[in-house]
Amino acid sequence: MQTLFEPADPQVAKELAEKVNRLADRCREKTGELPAFMEVCGSHTMALARTGVKLILKGHVRMISGPGCPVCVTDQKQIDAMIELAESEERIVCTFGDMMRVPGSKRSLLSAKTEGRDVRIVYSPLDAVRIAEENPDKEVVFLGVGFETTVPVLAAALQLANEKQVANFSMWTQAKLVQPVLRTLLSVKKVKINGFLLPGHVSIVLGAKAYQFLVDDYRMPGVISGFEPVEMLSAIYQLLQMTLEGRPAILNNYKSVVRTDGNEAARNMMFRYFEPADAAWRGMGIIPQSGLAIRREYSRFDAKKKFHIHVGQPKKTRCRCGDMICGLAAPDECILFGKACTPLHPVGPCMVSTEGSCAAHYAYLREEG
Amino acid sequence: MDRKVTLAHGDGGELAHKLIQQIFVSAFGNETASHFDSAFLSVGSGEIAVTTDSFVVHPLFFPGGDIGKLAVSGTVNDLSVAGARPLFLTAGFIIEEGFPLSDLRTIVRSLAREAEQAGVHVVAGDTKVVEKGGADGLYINTTGIGLKRKETGIAPERMEAGDAVILSGTAGDHGIAILAARGELGLITDLKSDCAPLNQMIDRLFQGGIDIKMMRDPTRGGVATTLVEIAEDFGVQIELTESRIPIRNEVKGACDILGFDPLYLANEGKVILIVADKDRERALEVLHATPEGSQATLIGKVTGRGHGQLVLETPLGSKRRLHRLSGMMLPRIC
Repeated sequence: MQTLFEPADPQVAKELAEKVNRLADRCREKTGELPAFMEVCGSHTMALARTGVKLILKGHVRMISGPGCPVCVTDQKQIDAMIELAESEERIVCTFGDMMRVPGSKRSLLSAKTEGRDVRIVYSPLDAVRIAEENPDKEVVFLGVGFETTVPVLAAALQLANEKQVANFSMWTQAKLVQPVLRTLLSVKKVKINGFLLPGHVSIVLGAKAYQFLVDDYRMPGVISGFEPVEMLSAIYQLLQMTLEGRPAILNNYKSVVRTDGNEAARNMMFRYFEPADAAWRGMGIIPQSGLAIRREYSRFDAKKKFHIHVGQPKKTRCRCGDMICGLAAPDECILFGKACTPLHPVGPCMVSTEGSCAAHYAYLREEG
Repeated sequence: MDRKVTLAHGDGGELAHKLIQQIFVSAFGNETASHFDSAFLSVGSGEIAVTTDSFVVHPLFFPGGDIGKLAVSGTVNDLSVAGARPLFLTAGFIIEEGFPLSDLRTIVRSLAREAEQAGVHVVAGDTKVVEKGGADGLYINTTGIGLKRKETGIAPERMEAGDAVILSGTAGDHGIAILAARGELGLITDLKSDCAPLNQMIDRLFQGGIDIKMMRDPTRGGVATTLVEIAEDFGVQIELTESRIPIRNEVKGACDILGFDPLYLANEGKVILIVADKDRERALEVLHATPEGSQATLIGKVTGRGHGQLVLETPLGSKRRLHRLSGMMLPRIC
């Protein structure tokens, strides 16, 4: 047994937080601005809020959520398409839990399920292949959303379906790549930050060297970090040091699981079944070669080719999820936050995803209510 | 209010709260009584406690228990935390056509054994069989009847600054054990549900003369939602210390992977006690001497009256508000 927080850590974490804040204040004196770092990964967004790190850094360091929540970056038209897929009684739609409550133009997968559609939460895409085997008279579609962390598992499901020749299984893919979106943020959106808190999970696949372009092309430091308070604080400390010294580098602060070269086997698996393709990102439009599509030789498993789904134009709302994932707005800067938009009645995906910046703010940083 | 009932209406969080308040309490009235897990009815010189609960767990058998054991524990605990001595149970079974008789026998025997061990008698029952597809295997409804303890000082209005908040063991075991038993995680093997009747443990506390001001079992919605309810319903400010809240390694690991918060996971064999500060150490001593309370921990304190808020002090020293569970907890993608 242990406690919610390891008893040995608190003092270390507290002292580290104080050191971080002192260094941040020096940084501010030098530059005249609050140092700002973007956490690329949605799990970091959640962990920073839940553990209280974000609160303790308030007024010293600005942590900005980035585009690393796979649900939040999914274009609304794609959400509509997924809901449309579930409309047919001939189909079973399988999804990760996060997708269930994301609102499309009219409703969510959860409301489709409540109305009797066969929508199932699975913990692995491999389970969806099993469901397809058990239901030969139905078409089973898995909604494949995720970054490099998840895609190897999507590939494993395609491999399994291929080996077992499961003809009634297919995948609606919205997989995305981290590198192109970071380039877009820095070169197109001109987001104002001093560095990146780089994702721990994605980096397991990509490896530390995949981020060297941040330094070479943008002089932007980055530190790969785990999700414990001490790990995140020490990564922020290193980012501050590099900012002060003006010597950007990519540091790997999560060496126990992230290697310089990443996981080659996982990448090979990923590119055996997928190939880079243009992809639409919520709030950012189409970013060339930023997504992954199922390779032509496996197109029989590609739900986009198998089913002809037509969706209309997305419904315009005042939701600022698009700005949120570009680091251009904070949750409480959105006029809908906590009023018209709550986890029970979300307007945008950032409020429902377990990695969304608005969900993190609502659950862990909200004062009223 | 939503137009249709969703699964999240049954999760014990904000939606469940709205459903109960806006549909049931508004129809039946008696808002004050709805703040307690049992109702007290005056009969002669004593007071009878009544509670009712339905059990729709899936799967029916899980590590550490089954739906029969759960039905006894849930109802006995609802009576016990209200300050009553559980005496009688009724049990209604709704059975789906095609349900294996051998499973039914096992569940009923489990219910009987658990009732005997808890010292309560099953005095009435009912069975209904519905068509295939009309139910998911088996549902049980139990009504519990008990007598209000004469020695109880349970009265939320007595809560005051300095009172100790004690959790009788680790948080979230039942929630994760059920998920694991559904075979959906594929990585957890030996975690058991904490499902257990707690009346005998609570007996010891009363026998020890502990001044219990408030008591509740943190079932659906978990420790956080239960304490938010206490704070809001009775107008007290409660502060928890995150680094004191006990949790099993397996539960922490599963929550890290799934993106769940252990403070919002269901428990079926835990109690939250709010006791006078002077009785804090003695309450822990009594609990530690019982099998169900051996890992009891002081997790926080009442800091005052009036605000009705639950605050969590993080290990970094920052303090953040805790709210009711907002919608279902859903597993994350990566």
